[in-house]
Parts: sequence; structure tokens; C-alpha cells
Amino acid sequence: MRVLVCVKRVPQAGGKLTLTDDKLAIDTKFLGFTIGPHEECAVEEAVRLVEKFGGSATVLTLGHADSVEQLQFAMSLGVADAILLDNGGAEWGPISTANAIAKVVEEMRSKGDAPDLILFGNEAPDSGDFQVGIRVANALDLPLVTGVKGVEVLDGELVARRESGAAIELTKVTLPAVLTVKEGLNLPRYPSLPGRLKAKSKPINKVSPQEKGDPSKLVQLRLPVEERTGGVLLGEGPDAVGKIIEVLKELGVVAR
Amino acid sequence: MSGLPERADVVIIGAGIVGNSFAYHLAKLGVQRIVLIDKGPLPNPGGSTGHASNFIYPIEHSKMMTRLTQDSVRQYKELGVFTQSGGLEVARTEERMQELERRMVSALAWGEEAQRVTPEDIKKLVPYIDESVIIGGVYFPAVGVVDSLRAGTLMREEAQRLGALTVVGGTEVGDIKVENGVVKSVVTLDGQEIFADKVAICCGVWSPKIAKMAGANIPLIPTVHQMISVGPIALFADTVGEITYPIVRDMDTGMYERQHGGDIEVGSYAHRPITLQPEDIPSIEESAFSPTELPFTQEDFDPQLQDALQLMPELLGDEKAGVRHAINGLISLTPDGHPVLGETPEVKGLWSVAASWIKEAPGIARAVAEWMTFGQSEIDIHETDIARFYPHQKSKLHVKLRAEELFNKTYGIVHPAEQYASSRNVRLSPMHQRTSALGAVYFEAAGWERPQWYESNAPLLEKYKGSITQRTSEWDARWWSPIIDAEHIAMRENVGLVDLSSFAIFDVIGAGSLSYLQYMAVAQMDVAVGRVVYTPILDDQGGFRADLTIMRLAKDHFRIVTGGGVGLMDKKWFTDHLPEDGSVILYDATAALTTMGVWGPKARELMSKVTSDDVSGAGFRYGTCKNITIGNTEVLASRISYVGELGWELYVTSDQGAHVWDLLFEAGAEFGLAPVGIGVYGTTARIEKGYRAYGNELTPEYNLPETGMSRKTVKKEDFIGKTAHLSHRTKNPVALLCTFTIGAESLDGAKGAERRFPLGNEVILTTDGERIVDAKGRPSYLTSTGSGPSVGSQLGLGYLPFDLAVEGNVFAVQCMGRLYPATVAVVGNGSIFDPTNERLKG
Repeated sequence: MRVLVCVKRVPQAGGKLTLTDDKLAIDTKFLGFTIGPHEECAVEEAVRLVEKFGGSATVLTLGHADSVEQLQFAMSLGVADAILLDNGGAEWGPISTANAIAKVVEEMRSKGDAPDLILFGNEAPDSGDFQVGIRVANALDLPLVTGVKGVEVLDGELVARRESGAAIELTKVTLPAVLTVKEGLNLPRYPSLPGRLKAKSKPINKVSPQEKGDPSKLVQLRLPVEERTGGVLLGEGPDAVGKIIEVLKELGVVAR
Repeated sequence: MSGLPERADVVIIGAGIVGNSFAYHLAKLGVQRIVLIDKGPLPNPGGSTGHASNFIYPIEHSKMMTRLTQDSVRQYKELGVFTQSGGLEVARTEERMQELERRMVSALAWGEEAQRVTPEDIKKLVPYIDESVIIGGVYFPAVGVVDSLRAGTLMREEAQRLGALTVVGGTEVGDIKVENGVVKSVVTLDGQEIFADKVAICCGVWSPKIAKMAGANIPLIPTVHQMISVGPIALFADTVGEITYPIVRDMDTGMYERQHGGDIEVGSYAHRPITLQPEDIPSIEESAFSPTELPFTQEDFDPQLQDALQLMPELLGDEKAGVRHAINGLISLTPDGHPVLGETPEVKGLWSVAASWIKEAPGIARAVAEWMTFGQSEIDIHETDIARFYPHQKSKLHVKLRAEELFNKTYGIVHPAEQYASSRNVRLSPMHQRTSALGAVYFEAAGWERPQWYESNAPLLEKYKGSITQRTSEWDARWWSPIIDAEHIAMRENVGLVDLSSFAIFDVIGAGSLSYLQYMAVAQMDVAVGRVVYTPILDDQGGFRADLTIMRLAKDHFRIVTGGGVGLMDKKWFTDHLPEDGSVILYDATAALTTMGVWGPKARELMSKVTSDDVSGAGFRYGTCKNITIGNTEVLASRISYVGELGWELYVTSDQGAHVWDLLFEAGAEFGLAPVGIGVYGTTARIEKGYRAYGNELTPEYNLPETGMSRKTVKKEDFIGKTAHLSHRTKNPVALLCTFTIGAESLDGAKGAERRFPLGNEVILTTDGERIVDAKGRPSYLTSTGSGPSVGSQLGLGYLPFDLAVEGNVFAVQCMGRLYPATVAVVGNGSIFDPTNERLKG
């Protein structure tokens, strides 16, 4: 199976965020970079499918040249090679981004290397606009399932599982197809040392994409008002034990 | 935030391992009202304690650091938080094996067990090592790991149980108020003020930022130490507890690997030095993990992965084991690698307890608590005194450059005489151009560039070749030259000229000067104007605080001269004891004056050429000083000697230093004058004369009778340490300082083997190889060593237990795994060269 998995380099949030002075970006002075949790699952799924069915996975990103760090991370997990659409780090809108990615896929098709499966995170880990995967599927005229939390492949067909309210939907699509996946799809692995070292020598194909121009544009970022969920004091010392057990039962951590 | 008292005896800022153990030791010493405050939550407020790898090797070349670490291990064991695992240091190169030999000698000197092990032995201890990568190693059984957060909690709780401690977490300090140079209070960010007699900054990487609030400077820099945790390791699945296998230090690659439960931690000191300023550390809120666990920069660590994989291919090469955690952890580095402790020179009552790592923290806390309470500590920590830094050594640039240079030496092979490459040429003698033209090889002391020897003296090598001992081993000859021996002989034969610009000089002026100095000094200071007095300075316990000379220049004007290295510590000691009534002023004349020395049998002839003043034996007696004119320059000449020769120290205003040097140099040609470096002044000539050096022979750990420097009588006037000193005199000293001659042939019978030379700190053993320790637990080692060209032997100084200190007794010193005979030549005061001081007389 030939899998293309698309990721985005984003600041690794964990603490309180601050914005740059122009309020158009997150201040990354103290932050590392990562890919989102949905995308981590997408990479893991790509690697698992290749391990199961053979073929190869390619990771793609659009962004700053520093995104090599994220491409190498994906390759350290077992992805074979990478495509870097180097746009100098500008924040492109979803139309331009999807357009650039679709062009790459078309080029792969023309070389006889068409992906059977294109994986995205369900939404961009930072801007969260839920668009790029959908637009790419549309541009390439491919079937699409969003919000995927389970994948089964049988005889050239793929069954995608998604959770919809109280029900679980199973959708069968023919390949090639596009999936946007969600955290919980699988439990992503950590990179091993040999994986990390191998990733250093895996090829990164650099492409200069053309911006198409998005009618929508980012005006300003605003930090949400911090919601403080006040803690509940269950009790002190041994007296608290009973109540703690109750809470653990409620959470399903211990059996009722 | 409530719970903050209005008053405290001591406010401790910072609740990491240092602050917690400091609170505990103060409480144990009876301090009643202690407040411990931290901006972060307890028990892990987010500093370096929280991410430390927590393993301890009580093995260092530094006696002080080893003792502090040993004391810390003892304390951790008492708290039940220490797990002994054993630890290895492995070598991939021959050069490293030599260094490990040295480390074994240091271990032996300071009382730690060390076993030389083969690759096969190592494989048995750590089955996941590829032994083909290494050529050998050393096993230290005492190595272990500690739960430092738990230790801090237990110590804090004990101080609370004693009713002495109020703990406040989640409260940030916004200001430290100072009044008339004395600390007054700590103000929290939310505006509460705690008045305090003393404030201790135990803030690790944040210490400079906190000190700045009070106008003080703590010179340290937050530096990245990268660490990853890899797991799950299949081999560790069935082990119980945190650690089963010995820790491995892969010294040549600057890395360590240690089991941590089901994972293995891999840490590195080999990546590029990454420093940042305390102001650039993220706040707790802004941090993804904690403020001292910065985002991992993978590209810096990648080269080290290969090294780790090579050593432990099966374990780390397991595709199922992943990098589960990776951080750029912040640690504190200082410009000289030592902690920064003690009362800040800028603010009375403001103390620094900073730049301590987990391994030495409880030991440091105990020592500083004793220092704060009694004025001195059981373990001598004078090398850590914050007062040691000159202003330029506290500058951000210097701290950064030196820390970056030191970082990659963490596991490095550092020669005992190794010089820094960065931040040089800061303090230059007025004679620097002259000495530079003479091919001076400069060693740095306190920022001063001091000629260690002069390449221009190379022709003397041929002349004196019969008296010069060559060193064939590259290590022994590193940072050394046979020219030092040649200069030595030239001085003893003719006359030498020494640049002594690094002296620290303090003028004591005012009506109260005499009574003040009487109280400071052991020697009688009520001497005639024009006398030069050499005197020990003691602490309250009678331990050595300093040794220096004091000249009486007028009835109410004295001049103190001490070494540059200890200059500012001595200055603080003297300044702290100045009378409060303003009757004495201490003026630092170091930069205003420069000093040079003229010594040798032809010194008088030379001086007679350049001055018309009376320099005859009768007209200028030993131990006196007076102004003379050299050319057209007025010079204060002081007839004393640290090299055992007739001659003078000449004090000249800095502007005219080079001029006087030129006059002496030109006039000296006919007398065979040679420029002579500190290699002679500070080592060879000094040791031949048995002259003690502060920091080597003279430390607070040894009292005056033990140094052999007691006078026949004790002056009637009171002085600091007098009571203790009188008591020390009533009994035999526990140890005595001796001069040793060190043989050329090793005792192990390896005839014809390359001769090795001691370079300092080598352990003194019985000829059977047994360690020697005195009744106070102090081990015997070479406090100084060097060649004695005029006596034809390698020499050393060192303490022996009283009963063993007998002339003619033979011991052994261990150099690079080989034993060389060390024969006691002089016990106590006295010298092997010119024992009756004929050369000083006349």
C-alpha cells in the first residue's frame, strides 16, 4: 500500500500561551515544535498499514524549512521518505495549502506513484480549520471520510469507523481515498534510537509551492479567557479515602 | 497568600534540594524562625532538582567537592533515600585509561573505593555493554542514586517538626530590600514584606536574577544538559526498584547511561554548550513541562545517539524501545566550576547558596549553615566563597565564556595546570609588553596574566643541563617547561627579576589601625615604622584564614600584601572586621601599585647600580622596608623573600612599573640577570624553602602548630583565634606538615620504566600501599609538589600524622598507578635548601 500522510509543524503548547506583538502568531520563544495528536495517529496508522500490507509511506508538510524536524520525526517512526513544500513559513490559508498538496499528488499520479491512501489529522492542530483534507479530496475527486477513529482494509476496500454521538458509523470506501483521522485511532509509538538515526539519512524531496491566494485571512489572534475550574476538596487524611474511591468508581478507573 | 510571618531570622528563597536541606541544617543548629519561600508548588517547584538524573559519584579530583559529596551521601543514606548501585567509568582510549588511573589515585586519596576492571569484568557487571568498544574502566562501588525530591520533603518536614520553619509555596519574591548595605526584608510579588536578619538565595538557575533585586551579583549561568529516557527496556522488565545495574559513564563520549526503572536514561555533556540568561527562562505558566525542562533540540543530540548505540547496541538498538522523554534540562554552571557560597560582598546578610548539584547539596547546606552560624564550617569550603570573584569575573560575558568552556570538560581530561582559553588578557601588568617580548608563557591567576616561564631563557637549558630533570611523559610535561628549572638555578646563582603584579594590596589608614591589625593578626603588629611582618590570620577556631605580609609605613598607616587569587576573600575578611567608629579606612591599592621582585646572591650588587640609597646589609636589614629612588622613580623596597634569596620586593606606582623594570633589566645584564616566572616563585624555590601557600598547605582545616608556623611566644594582645590557638599549643599537633624528597625509581621495581612525576594532590601511602589518615580523619597527600633543582630531587609538601612525622621515614606517593618513595626530609618549620637561611642574611 502506498500511503501519503500530511502533517503540520506547530508550537508545542503545554503551558500558558503568549502572542507575538502583532497578535498574528503564538510567541514561540520558549516553545518547542511538534505535530498535532491527530497527526501522530495518522503517521502511526500509515506505518502500521505499510507494516501489514507492504508498500511505503511518505510524509508531507507545507511550511518553514525547519519543518524538517517534524518530517524526520515521522520518518524515525518508519515512514520511508518525505516531501517538504517550503513556503518560507508563511501562514497559508486552507485553499492554497490544499491546492499545493493536490498538485503534489497529481504529480505522483503522473509518475505512476499514486497514493492509495492520503491521511490527514482531522483538523490543523493550531488553526483548527477542518478544511485541508476535505479540499484535497475534492480537488482530486477522491472519496473522503472525516473524523476517523478506526481503519480496516480488506481486498482493496477500506472500512472507516467514526463516532457520531451515541452511534458508531462504519463507512466503506474504495481506494484510493482520503481520511482525516482523530486521536484515539491508535496508540502512537515512540521513536527508537535506530529509527531516529535512520531518519537522518532518509530522503526529503523539496518542492517550492505556489500560493493560490485565499479569500479568507487571519486578522488577529486572541487568547481565550482562562477558565479556572476550582478544585473540590474531598477531605483530609484517611477521612478522604471513601470519597476518593467513589470518584474513582464514577470515572470507571476501579470497578463498581 | 497568608501564613507569612512578619519577621524571620533567615528567609530562604528557593525550595529545591539546596533550600530544603539548608532550612533543615539551620533548624538543627538552633535557628528558630526560618521562612522557606518558593514561587512554584511543593514538593517540585520546577527548578533543576525536579529533573535531575539524581545519581552520585563521590569521585572527584577536588578534595573539597569529594568531601561535600561524601557528606551528602551520608545524609541521603540517613534519610533512607539513597540506593547504592555501583558505578563504572569506561575508557575507549589509552589517554582515558591514564585519566582513570588518576581518578583512582584521587579516589584513594579522599577515601573512596575504586577497582580497575577489564572489559570482561565490565561485561559481567553490565551485560548490555558491547565490551569490544572499550579497553577498560574503573568500578566505584559507592555510586548510587537518590530521590532528591523526597529528601527535600523529609528535610523540610523535620525542620517544621522542630518548630523552626514556615514553608510558603506558590509565592514569588518581587524584591529584596537593602538599607545601608544590609539586607532588610523580602517582599513578595503580592506585596507582603518579611523582615529578616539574613536572606539566603537558594534559587539555582534563577539566583542571579534574585540577587540583582538586592544589588548583588551571583555569577552563574543556566546551561543546557540534554537527557533522554528510552524504554521500555525488555531486560529491565523483571528488575525491582529504580536501579539494579551499575551506572555507566562513557567518559570519552561525554555521556552517561543509567537504568531508571523500566527505562534507561542517556545524558550528555558532549553537545555544543547552550547557555541562556536567567531572565530568559520561561515562567512556570509558560512552560510545557517545567521552567528548567526546555524543549529538546534533537539536532544537538543526534551525534551522541550513535555513540550510545555503539556502547549498548542491543539495549538501545531495540526497535521496540522508544525515546519516551527528552529534555534540554537546565543546570547551573559557574566560571570556575565551583559552587557560589557565602555572604555576598555587596550586601551584608544576603547569602548565596547557589550552583550546587544534587550530589553535593546537603553537604553544602550543612557547611553554609555552619558558616552562617559559627563563622566557619567543618569542611573547608573557602574555594567556593562568593567573595573570590573579581568584578570582571562576575560579568555576564566572562561567566558565559568560561561556563561554555567548562561544559564540555564535565567528563573531560583536565590537566591540573590546564589554562582557560577564553576570557584572557583581562588584567595586564604594566610590564606586560616587556615580558611578552621575552616570550613569557602566561598562566592566569585572578584574571592576571602571569609569566610562568620565559622562552627567552631557553639558552640556559644548555648551561644548566646537569641540574635539570627532563620529563619524558607528555602528560607530566604538559603546562610545564624545563626552563622553569633553568630560571631557578639562574636566580640562585646570579639574580632573577620577577613580575609580581598580581599581588593584592590594601592600605590600612587611620588612628585605629594598630589596634585593628593587632586584633586581626597573630604576629605582633606594634613594630617600628619600616618593619615588614609576615603573619598568619586565623579564624575563630584557630584555623588558617590567610597568610600575608603587613608593612608598617607610618604610625597610622599599614600596607597589607596578599596573593591575587585570595585577594578579594582576604579583603572581605578585613573589611568585615573594620571598627564601626570609622577610625580605620581600608583602601584597595592593587590597581594603583605594581610589584616586582629582585632576588639572588647578586641582587644587592644590582640594586647598588640603580639606586644611590643604602642597600647594604647594615643599612637595609631583612624584614624592613623603606622608600628608595631607582633612576628618577620613588620605589617602596621591602626586604623579604618567598624564594629564599637576598633581595627585595619593589612597590612602584603602576604608571612607572615598566620604567623601573627596564632600569633593572638593563643594569642586570652584567650580573647575569634572568627574568624569572611564577613557576620558580610559586613552586620550585618556594618548596625548596618549605614556604607554605594558602589553599595548598594553609587552610582552615589545619591549625598553626600543625603547619609548623607557631611562634615561640604568643603576643599578649587579643587576636581572632587566640583562645583556640592557645589551646592548640598545649598539646601535640594531630598532624605535621613535612617536606618530602621523592625518588626517581618507582618502588614497584619496574626498573627502566618511564619516570612519572607527581603534579599535586597525589596520595601519600605507606610503602605497603596503605592509606594514611590522622586522628581527625584527614588523609595525607601532596599539598604541593615540584622540582628542587638546587637540592637535586623532586620535592613535595604534605601533612603526616604526628607519630609518623619523623625525618628519614619513608612513604610512597602514587603517580599514575606507580609508587615512588617519599622520604621525610624536614618535619614542621624549616627547609631542605639553605636550612639556616644564610642566603637571606647579610
